Amino acid sequence: MHIHAYEKLWLAASIVLILLLIGSVTYGAVGPGVAMVADSEPPIDAGALDEDDRFAEPRVEQVGENEYEVYVVAYQYGFDPDPIVVPEDSTVTFYVTAEDVIHGFQIVETNANTMVVPGEVAEITVEVDEPSEYGIVCNEYCGPGHHVMEGTLEVVSQSEYEERIEGGDDA
Amino acid sequence: MSAAIESEPTFLDKFPQEARVVRASFLSAFFALFLGAVFGIIQTLHRTDIARVIPSTDYYTLLTAHGVFLVISFTVFFLVGLFTWAVTRSLDRPLVNIKITWTWYALMAGGITMTGISILAGFTDAIDMSAAVLFTFYAPLQAHPLFYVGLTVFIIGTWVAGADWFRAWLAWKRDNPDERIPLQTFMVLTTMAMWYIATSAIAASVLIFLLPWSLGLIDQVNPTLTRTLFWFFGHPVVYFWLMPAYLLWYTVLPKIAGGRLFSDPLARVVFVLFLLLSTPVGIHHQYLDPGIAEGFKFISMTNTMFLLLPSLLTAFTVVASVEYGARQRGGTGLLGWLTELPWRNPAFTGMMLAGLMFAAGGFSGMVNAGMNINYMIHNTIWVPGHFHLTVGTAVALTMMAGTYWLWPQISNKPIYSNPIGLFQVVLWFIGMALMSNAMHAQGILGVPRRTAEPEYAGFEYASSFGGFGELNIQIAIGGTLLFVSTILFLGNLVLTMGNPKVSGLAETLPPALSGPEDAPQVLDNLRLWVTIALVLVVLAYALPIAAIINRGGLLGPGVEAFPVWLTPTSQLLTDAAAVLVGNVVETITASGPLTEVLR
Repeated sequence: MHIHAYEKLWLAASIVLILLLIGSVTYGAVGPGVAMVADSEPPIDAGALDEDDRFAEPRVEQVGENEYEVYVVAYQYGFDPDPIVVPEDSTVTFYVTAEDVIHGFQIVETNANTMVVPGEVAEITVEVDEPSEYGIVCNEYCGPGHHVMEGTLEVVSQSEYEERIEGGDDA
Repeated sequence: MSAAIESEPTFLDKFPQEARVVRASFLSAFFALFLGAVFGIIQTLHRTDIARVIPSTDYYTLLTAHGVFLVISFTVFFLVGLFTWAVTRSLDRPLVNIKITWTWYALMAGGITMTGISILAGFTDAIDMSAAVLFTFYAPLQAHPLFYVGLTVFIIGTWVAGADWFRAWLAWKRDNPDERIPLQTFMVLTTMAMWYIATSAIAASVLIFLLPWSLGLIDQVNPTLTRTLFWFFGHPVVYFWLMPAYLLWYTVLPKIAGGRLFSDPLARVVFVLFLLLSTPVGIHHQYLDPGIAEGFKFISMTNTMFLLLPSLLTAFTVVASVEYGARQRGGTGLLGWLTELPWRNPAFTGMMLAGLMFAAGGFSGMVNAGMNINYMIHNTIWVPGHFHLTVGTAVALTMMAGTYWLWPQISNKPIYSNPIGLFQVVLWFIGMALMSNAMHAQGILGVPRRTAEPEYAGFEYASSFGGFGELNIQIAIGGTLLFVSTILFLGNLVLTMGNPKVSGLAETLPPALSGPEDAPQVLDNLRLWVTIALVLVVLAYALPIAAIINRGGLLGPGVEAFPVWLTPTSQLLTDAAAVLVGNVVETITASGPLTEVLR
């Protein structure tokens, strides 16, 4: 088969581009450590979330010195808990599940983003730095009221966080 | 035009019966394009809050209609028309039995009508029917059974169409045992082989799970399983939309440019690569799904990246063929040849602009395909920004441009106005440049796709590349230009149909510069390529699907159905949306748990 010299060059350059793209994603995984949402959590009975240790009472829980876990239930049309309050400079792992249909969970303008599928628990870990307020949106169509489904993530100072816990805030 | 061409017969002269099928298919496609464009403009103005003429709860019915009519009826009806033309023309013989041909046309038309009715009924409370489940129909959202039945009948129609073309080829092969498969027929057959593999999953998903479930025969389905089966089909379907455009770029565009295709063998290689790689990549739509292991996602990503190869090769071949055409017309210089091209011809300019947009879409696609970069843009409006460049321009604009060239061949009627055609394709390009660019930019701000009201009560988007409001205006202007462009296209076509028939419109397609004799014989071994394609599909999907069934069960982990067609809900939600300005969460809690109402 006759292939023009320029075309061979183009073909080689294309393959280099493809390998670079795969390489960059691989680097993202092993270097900065961007892990994918995956099958780390066992499946769950979406119809019996009220009997589940974590999701019967959706909440923020401290699990280490600067480590927090957040158990979130997405439903038509909202997130529980709302707002989610976590202290600054901490590592936060979200466990998100749905009690009805497929939803999305995205912390706006960050790369914290996952599908929320009934029967499955999505796990994503993020680092939060200084105090700030973020919007959370459901980014998967979930029914005729989809556009009202939102929540808030409040990253607050350590002292405010302690105050709010003592004040009996739902965080 | 010389006297020799004057006397040459057009496609209509040679194959009047097939030409009728092609025209009927194209007209069905353009009717869907019209509906899709009407829903598109209402949607653009609604989302950007320029004009909201429908309640936001009906937005999703509109969005379902926009998606299904454009990416199922418009694209696929155009495809079957174009493929019927391509097979008949390149084999130079009529189809075996025109009754079979009309049968698949009727199945497709009947099927999509059923699906269309089930969607459009969602606008009225008088009929207790709705299918506001969007083009992806993810369970547990459940459409009216008619939606699934219609889709099934439509897909069966495409299967019969594929069989019709394979049969024509086999008949030709008996008479021409030693000849290479003509290029256009080769393109049709490889595309249809890919389609059979791809649609097997959606057929299984609908017939085994979704349809019985919507009829109440089974209580529940596994949402991850039906979603995975959808994307098994959902990625190759984008190549099913794209292959008619590729067929036109490879075989018609070089001719319009004044030359001929650069390389027949490489065109075959490209179509074989699409057959092999289109399907084992669907999991890249599920990078952010829980319940699917990271390794499966990585395999899917690797396959996806290699799928860039045939498109990059196409970019080279098409540009090289066009350059050859320009030089044949007397073009010289490093880039000076560009001025020698027939830019006043809407068919040429439309296809070139479509190709340019496809390059841009390719780059945003590389971002989508990058597994961990995908976090940033997954389910944001970046994604529709991307596919309005690919299916919405590379495919749709090529189909419109191709019509300017092809319609005279199948009707013996000259195009009513080429200047309007030229204006129309350029307008599409400008409209899409505005709309798609702004959609990409909003996506980076975190603005979600598929929502009636992207503004939220609890937070505001940051501004970069222009703020949210400014980008909304770009989207609205772009969407309006696209709507005007569609109307101009359809108007031009309707006026063309009113033209009297003339002779002398025949166009022939010259053979490639490097012909099929340069292509290794093995390229034509369809059985081999289909086998390899199946092996790749099994490698990519057997373990993930087994794992999904193992986790959630074949019939799901206890998730109830959420039919979207119970009417009282829509009224209730309109009320809820009206007080959106206040505290949303409280409003919904106060009006009772909506999940209960939906049941």
